[in-house]
Amino acid sequence: MIDFYLNGKRRQCTDVSPDTSVLELLRTQLGHTGTKEGCASGDCGACTVAIGEPDDNGELRYHNANACITPAHQLHGCHLVTVEGLSRGDALHPAQAAMVECHGSQCGFCTPGIVMSLFTLHEAQRRHPAPLTQESLEAALGGNLCRCTGYRPIRDAALSMGTYPDTHPTWADDPDLAINVAKLRESASTTPELAAQGHFTAPRDLATLRELKRQRPHARLVAGATDLWLEATQQLKVLDDLIDVRQVAELNAIEETPQGWWIGAAVTYSRLEPLLEAHYPAFAHLMHRFASSQIRNRGTLGGNVANASPIGDTPPVLLALDARLSLDGPDGERELPLAEFFLDYKKTALKDNEFIRAIFLPRLADGQNLKVWKLSKRREDDISAVLAAFAWRLEDGVMRDVHLAFGGMAAIPRRASRAEQALEGQPPSVAAFDAAKRALHDEFQPMTDVRGAAEYRQVTASNMLERLRLILVAASNKNSHAEVTLDAYAH
Amino acid sequence: MRTLTDISQDSSRTRRGVDRQASGGAGAAHPHESAIKHVTGRASYIDDIVAPADAVHIALGLSPVAHGRLTRLDLEKVKAAPGVVDVITIVDVPGHTDIGPVFPGDPIFVDDEISYVGQCLFAVAAESHKAARLAVKQAIVEIDEQPASLDPVAAAERGEFVRPTHVQESGDWQQVLDGAPHVLEREQFVGGQEHFYLEGQACLVTPTEDEGVVVYTSNQHPSETQKLVAEVLNIPFHAVTVEMRRMGGGFGGKETQASPWACIAAIIARRTGRTTRIRLPRAEDMRVTGKRHPFHNRYRLGFDDQGILLGGDITVIGDCGYSPDLSEAIVDRAMFHADNAYSLGQVRVTGHRAKTHTASNTAFRGFGGPQGMMIIEAAMDDIARQVGEDPLTVRKRNLYRAGRDVTHYGQKVEQLELLHDIVMQLEAKSDYWARRRAITEFNANSPIIKKGLALTPVKFGISFTAKHLNQAGALLHVYTDGSVMINHGGTEMGQGLHTKVCQVVARELGLDLERVRITATRTDKVPNTSPTAASSGADLNGQAARDAATQIRERLFDFAAAHFFKDQGGLDREGMRLENGELVAGEGESAHRIPWGELVQAAYMSRISLSAKGFYSTPLIHYDRQTAKGRPFYYYAHGAAVSEVSVDTLSGEYQVTRVDILHDVGDSLNPAIDIGQVEGGFIQGMGWLTSEELKWNEAGRLVSDGPATYKIPTFGDLPPVFNVELMQGHPNSQASIYRSKAVGEPPFMLGMSVWSALRDALSSLTGYRECPRLDTPATPERVLMAAEALRRRQATATAVEETSDDLA
Repeated sequence: MIDFYLNGKRRQCTDVSPDTSVLELLRTQLGHTGTKEGCASGDCGACTVAIGEPDDNGELRYHNANACITPAHQLHGCHLVTVEGLSRGDALHPAQAAMVECHGSQCGFCTPGIVMSLFTLHEAQRRHPAPLTQESLEAALGGNLCRCTGYRPIRDAALSMGTYPDTHPTWADDPDLAINVAKLRESASTTPELAAQGHFTAPRDLATLRELKRQRPHARLVAGATDLWLEATQQLKVLDDLIDVRQVAELNAIEETPQGWWIGAAVTYSRLEPLLEAHYPAFAHLMHRFASSQIRNRGTLGGNVANASPIGDTPPVLLALDARLSLDGPDGERELPLAEFFLDYKKTALKDNEFIRAIFLPRLADGQNLKVWKLSKRREDDISAVLAAFAWRLEDGVMRDVHLAFGGMAAIPRRASRAEQALEGQPPSVAAFDAAKRALHDEFQPMTDVRGAAEYRQVTASNMLERLRLILVAASNKNSHAEVTLDAYAH
Repeated sequence: MRTLTDISQDSSRTRRGVDRQASGGAGAAHPHESAIKHVTGRASYIDDIVAPADAVHIALGLSPVAHGRLTRLDLEKVKAAPGVVDVITIVDVPGHTDIGPVFPGDPIFVDDEISYVGQCLFAVAAESHKAARLAVKQAIVEIDEQPASLDPVAAAERGEFVRPTHVQESGDWQQVLDGAPHVLEREQFVGGQEHFYLEGQACLVTPTEDEGVVVYTSNQHPSETQKLVAEVLNIPFHAVTVEMRRMGGGFGGKETQASPWACIAAIIARRTGRTTRIRLPRAEDMRVTGKRHPFHNRYRLGFDDQGILLGGDITVIGDCGYSPDLSEAIVDRAMFHADNAYSLGQVRVTGHRAKTHTASNTAFRGFGGPQGMMIIEAAMDDIARQVGEDPLTVRKRNLYRAGRDVTHYGQKVEQLELLHDIVMQLEAKSDYWARRRAITEFNANSPIIKKGLALTPVKFGISFTAKHLNQAGALLHVYTDGSVMINHGGTEMGQGLHTKVCQVVARELGLDLERVRITATRTDKVPNTSPTAASSGADLNGQAARDAATQIRERLFDFAAAHFFKDQGGLDREGMRLENGELVAGEGESAHRIPWGELVQAAYMSRISLSAKGFYSTPLIHYDRQTAKGRPFYYYAHGAAVSEVSVDTLSGEYQVTRVDILHDVGDSLNPAIDIGQVEGGFIQGMGWLTSEELKWNEAGRLVSDGPATYKIPTFGDLPPVFNVELMQGHPNSQASIYRSKAVGEPPFMLGMSVWSALRDALSSLTGYRECPRLDTPATPERVLMAAEALRRRQATATAVEETSDDLA
């Protein structure tokens, strides 16, 4: 049974199949049709809802999510807020009032989703007021497509809603809401099986997860479901044996060591962002262009690695950083360099009954540099055609520990070892980089697909090396003012 | 009714004597009539309609190949699948099996020949959406696959057309070309565009107690759907009622291509006797429905040393897909707009309608006009480099002007001053020349990042080129509480048509907008309607609504003159008016005022009809296809945009950093809605030319079939500086509704300024001596490849120069 709150009212839903989405639950079982289906693949944001979960202080924190690819069972112990739940009688929530007054809706179909993204932005601003920048607005709204307005009035609504009277939704009057939601969460710790038919099991600790994996080695693990759920919505596959790792405490830990950080595999991108901002600005910058807030709020680093897509955005960065994995399972724990994890297209070193427990991010060494460049058709919320992550040190004018990792250039994300060798121990000269470009050209045979032609991938990958050279030259030449990167892509 | 409602709380009565204006009438920047419903989730779309519990859901069986013959279709396992209620194919269609909207060629289901990937083979009805989709997978389909024709240029060379070629000629273009000081010849590919309405195709059909159906559909053309459903069911039109409240976006994609689903659902509804619903999953929607036509365009143009066009030859080839659909008129409109805002001189314009094995391409905002304009905008840039002038200078020299004011199809361009004013005002407002200097200097010192700037104008013809479609009807009811209901033949897809029409009625009747309401468009309220398309919605339906309101008003004046103040000799009919919720007769202190509600109730008690139907047909327009001459457009709408871009010539990525727009809507019916159309149109046009890339594989299957692979502009693509203004002081020179102008399509083409700015930035790589070919969409990939090609040519040219220096 899924036991949760919907717009302040408790709901108990039984007989929900494991592969039901929040959107299906809302529209077909609960009669809440305000939330729309635009794509059923987490790319348009029309189905955006707000999900409230208790934070460490017992207060409900709301994040926006795509209802179409969020498993319904993950609502257990949450407060789901939909567009129907924002106004207070006839009084509109500031997010709604601003959208009306700024003429932010035309056909209105994307509007419920946009209102919900504005609502979570409004909630965040209420807790921690901060100036709204182009970057923060893009982060909040980049996952909501609108085909009518061109976004200007929506930007105006986002910028002005803070000046509206803070009309709370009716449910916000209930002082016990957060406590009641938290209580539901607790109930699942004793009975992690939520589905009546098939399995949607939500263990709370590593030991239970190991045991479940022992019993059901072929059960699919789900965390953010941001890729897995497409199998249900797009390919109509039946997903009836699922283990949800979102609540496993050990997989949610971020553990700091002198050498770096162990990031639990179920840590969402949103939770990871502050750490990246502080320690890996180039990586953090990538995350701004990685999917949408709806996805970053649900998707996990472990998922991106385990998915093993050749065009996943984080693996090249992790490869450039020499990240390691902690793999776990009923047979025990083992560590593996990430470089040894990806075997072939979508094939990994993970055994059937194993799972990724954590990813180790080594701290940047003194003098170690990291640059990450993502190339896609659209700047925001797009999948890479090519992604490059470069790490290196400059020592006495020559390059050391050169790591050049690429996505989109082969069947797996991998490093360009011959190009690395061409640069290792060399000054950033034209000759050294020309050699590296030649090596790069030889060691990758990228494919032509919907995101780009093979030739384009080759040329841009080579040009990324050229950009690196230009940056190194500029850094050594204080008189150079020529820009080599567009503002919106600079980091 | 036996008694009348109490109207003592009538707001116009309580506010009587207060100096106020009725609010929200035509001209006011009133929010969209559904805005509050949009933001609260109460606005209902097709899939939100509550259906009976026994409603069935349809899924479609689609062709996996582009061309071939269907040799076997075994649906036994489909019929036996869980939850399946009915399965139908072509043999189950009671009436017409061809649902081509204008010309035949669109079978409702495949009979024998398969013409594209995604063509409909059969339909399944089941107890749930999922059960229907799963059942489809059980079909056994065998196809004798044949080579697919996917190249429209090759198809045109082989003479494979969906409609005959049309040619427009003015003067001896051949002689002009022979004698011109300069002649340039170039070609371009202009990509198509997926509509990506956020609400996919959807329909719900309920069987009626007689032989008919009620169809709820997300649809720009309810009357056509009524016709096709009736023909397919072989029943009279009056047995079919089509209702359409609002679309979650249309953009042309629901003009003809919403009907097939209604027809299929109607057949199932009649066969099962159950309410039937269908909605296409996004990937299917993108595969089965047509798109904006991709075009291959060519020009050979002669011009003088000033870059002024003397004439030449332009060819446009529209990739129509497998059937005619609306392609006859779409390629015509491309031809009508091959001049954009420029006098072409003596010219021949040829339009081909190539047949290929893809979905049948269809209407999309601009209807071929944008694709036609692209060729002359390309020429403007190319010519400017050739004569060594700034592209804006060349554009201005070529604008229609006195003495050069007749188009290649014989229509005189009337508002010449307006066209020139827009360009000159925008040139000044955007600070074009100072920025041009700054950009040239920046580029000279920046080897990697290159900036570009461009101003492009728009002149877009308003009217359906199919003359008979330029008509509209409206139905207006006044109820005895004074509230007003208006219906008309237009459909609301977000463009604010209903808001504007309500505003027209409010203005005519002197009422607050809140007293006027509009409900769903229905074929049983206003019959025989035209599609809401060609930007004509407010022009046509606004006039029809105004006609109805005028009739009511005049009728009430006649009544009031005879009925009120009889003891004082009655009211003066002359000068009577409706304003601020009152009927006013006479002037100043002695004026008599009768509140609207009182007036209406008195009229009712006196057995005066409070209902009227309005009608409108556009005057003046005609076009003769034999002579290729006429006046197809009632008027032109104008606009111009200046865009600035920064291009990264290492990756091809770019940013649009500033956009300035000045757009002509005559006297605006609603400035807020019009601004919304201008901005939204611009961004959509920019998307068409930049990031929105349709890709088919070699087998003719669309591989960009979802938002993960097909990228429409998102929030971050909104230019950081975006100055949008409506042109003031130029009412429509024709007697359109309150001298306003249509606004749906024209601003779409302002997006061309972004593409031209990209070419400008790339041109800097050659010291502005060359303008690269830049097909669209100008994705980072295309921009980079154009930059690489220019750099290679530059390197070769430099090497040649150095070699010749050595030799010297």
